[in-house]
Amino acid sequence: MTTRITIDPITRLEGHGRIDIFLNDQGAVENACFQIPELRGFEQFCVGRMAEEMPVITNRICGVCPEAHHIAASKALDGVFGAEPTPAAKKLRELLYMTFFVTDHTTHFYALGGPDFIVGPDAPPSERNILGVARKVGLEVAGDVIACRKRNHEIITFLGGKSIHPVAGVPGGWSRAITTEERTQIEDAARKNIEFARFSLALFEKIVLKNPAYLEMVTSDTYLHRTYSMGTVDAYNRTNFYDGLIRVVDPEGKEFVKYHPSEYREHIAERVESWTYLKYPYLKKVGWKGLTDGMESGIYTATPLSRLNVSEGLATPLANAEYQRMYETFGCKKITDARYEPIHHRMATHWARLIELLYAAERMLELALDPEITSPETRNIPDPARFAGEGIGSVEAPRGTLTHHYVTDERGVLTKVNMIVGTTNNYAPISMSIKRAAEKLITSAAPEEAVLNRIEMAFRLYDPCFSCATHFLPGKMPLTVSLRDSQGGLLREMRRKA
Amino acid sequence: MSEKPKLAVYWAASCGGCEIAVVNMHEKLLDVDAALDFMFCPCLMDTKTKDIEALPDRAISVTLFNGALRTQENVEMAHLLRRKSQILVAFGSCAREGCIPALANFTTKEDLLSAVYLDNLSVENPDAIIPSGTTAFPEGEIHLPALLGRVKHLAQEVEVDYYIPGCPPESHQIWNVIETILSGELPPKGSTIGCGNLTVCDDCDRTKEDKRITAFRRNYEFYPEPKACLLEQGLLCMGIATRNGCGAPCTKANMPCTGCYGAPDGISDQGAKMVAALGSIMDIGDTTGLSEEAIAGRVDAFLKTIPDYAGLFYKYTLASSTLGGNINPPQSPLIRGEVFCSSPDKAGRG
Repeated sequence: MTTRITIDPITRLEGHGRIDIFLNDQGAVENACFQIPELRGFEQFCVGRMAEEMPVITNRICGVCPEAHHIAASKALDGVFGAEPTPAAKKLRELLYMTFFVTDHTTHFYALGGPDFIVGPDAPPSERNILGVARKVGLEVAGDVIACRKRNHEIITFLGGKSIHPVAGVPGGWSRAITTEERTQIEDAARKNIEFARFSLALFEKIVLKNPAYLEMVTSDTYLHRTYSMGTVDAYNRTNFYDGLIRVVDPEGKEFVKYHPSEYREHIAERVESWTYLKYPYLKKVGWKGLTDGMESGIYTATPLSRLNVSEGLATPLANAEYQRMYETFGCKKITDARYEPIHHRMATHWARLIELLYAAERMLELALDPEITSPETRNIPDPARFAGEGIGSVEAPRGTLTHHYVTDERGVLTKVNMIVGTTNNYAPISMSIKRAAEKLITSAAPEEAVLNRIEMAFRLYDPCFSCATHFLPGKMPLTVSLRDSQGGLLREMRRKA
Repeated sequence: MSEKPKLAVYWAASCGGCEIAVVNMHEKLLDVDAALDFMFCPCLMDTKTKDIEALPDRAISVTLFNGALRTQENVEMAHLLRRKSQILVAFGSCAREGCIPALANFTTKEDLLSAVYLDNLSVENPDAIIPSGTTAFPEGEIHLPALLGRVKHLAQEVEVDYYIPGCPPESHQIWNVIETILSGELPPKGSTIGCGNLTVCDDCDRTKEDKRITAFRRNYEFYPEPKACLLEQGLLCMGIATRNGCGAPCTKANMPCTGCYGAPDGISDQGAKMVAALGSIMDIGDTTGLSEEAIAGRVDAFLKTIPDYAGLFYKYTLASSTLGGNINPPQSPLIRGEVFCSSPDKAGRG
């Protein structure tokens, strides 16, 4: 008799998520379906809109990372209107973006992903949250997390024009300059951010890396998938969140392809399944081979870890030292002067995220100290003679490479819109991680709570966009796993309450 | 069992920005947690659907419901939470009037599915699969919730007690509302709360000179003068047709208000309010002695610079507007923004 396990919901991409796992007579996993049951359809209802509205409309794809959509949309508009942003505009956009990265990665580590480690994977769920973190490492840490979010959101508010869903992106630039007083505030915040990032890495070291049991969990093959890795790199092949070329390395670490974001359609295709609203992207030139990893499967990963896997070191000194330390801890060999063999242990994504946090803070400070950052030259007004009617904008969102592609008529009215968003890139890897967790869940006589948490941890490492819920109130991650027979009858239910 | 009043926050078709606005109360969040029992977390709704069903009716003191109604499941949750809540609040623009997801009402569900899965720049879909209904696997079936024919806002399904506007509501306004709730001194049922009763213009520090304008301009065409009213510079700033309460942050950043706080007090249709306001600011020149056709021609010429009035004026309120739902066939003149064209012969222009 086939047994069916339903997890409803795991939530959230655009609201909800649901998993069905099918087992054969021997109790082994035969199939796992991770379903996204909601669709809003921005690709359709943006058609007919004026292109310059897109930075404001596409913010509403995600209220957790509207900055990512806002910047990608602004870059796509640069292309549509043939308007190269001024140097100061590019720096202001990147400055907003680094500020956002600091808050986003901070929230994930302290409120969402980190508690599994800091408080412990086997701790009671009521403890695995920011308050539990505070009890474990001191109440002032919770205060520091709130202070970090607050100082960076203040900057996002004046720099982007609105605290959530910014408005300042225009084709050819940015709608406002910053004053010298604002610059000073940003510099001060950036210095605090660097200290906060270093503190966070030290905390990770102390609590996870120095604990043999946790280190074993991070380095074991439970959460290991050998996929291709994707990330945006600068002219020196180093990670850049704002701009660059898309680099993909194969599971062995060899560069598979490096392309301009405008060429994404030559390299990425999306597969449609009848049972889920979310599409599965894959590397077109490798092809879709189902939910399987390895060199022959076009599944790729776009996460903090994959970004470091494609990067020849990091561009800021403190973050680069941490980068080296992570790969050496994993015993990776260097395959170029600066780059190591890729890490495929998914749990290392948490560590990579903290290294990115430090990079974003250091880069924020560099930009705050750039003499050009207070320049009033924040916009190039588009020249109608250079109007192109098509543009592709791309950034590294916290959760993966984000691409916006717009086509317009001669009036700048959208006729075609396409987007591949951060979490979507990772739909296949997340699905594989679920399957792997399910295999462990079934084959081991694990206690119920550990079963639930292992599934949850397989999700959390990707920081998929349902994170914002846990950002809201920590640790209230209720989860139900239902084991059903093939007639849908309930065999057993495991439930963890908030 | 907590004795504190129970607070639930649920999201339907939304982006999560309303939740982040709650989180951005920063240290005030701890006060909220101390005063209220957050017994229900927004994103993890379904898991605890059974728990909510098991509660006595009206067991939840306040539910902040955000998100539009896009799927049948959203509708079911709206009814369940109405039944279990003493006070149901439409929290944010999506729940209040449809917001961005309701732009889908300009066309049809079929167009939407086609744009995402068939006529799309990066899909490889040789079998023309459109996700829907029940899929049979060898081991069992998987069911996908259906989309509604059109996007609705909360009050189109259930009775709503209060409305909090904004996309998202500003964090300080959420705190104001929570203080009001805790004080027990609630305004009359049906009130819009957490906002002002005037327009964004009243909060905006730019100078209005009662100038009339000779052309509308698109926001990328010029660098606006930093102190003067944006509407009087030709930008279609929605401040004049939008409720205040946000503090006019967008115009401070040299960008026009996009209208996310919805229509001002006493106005039911934000787009109609904007059209009325424009009538008094458009300067089509001296029309003395001109024929009606000639005047209409001037108006047409004036209006032609903006190709999508409907999308601009109803960006947040289409579900609640008098335009309503998807009454228009795909690619109708309406989505081309020519709803205001005065000459009948232009009606079919594409």
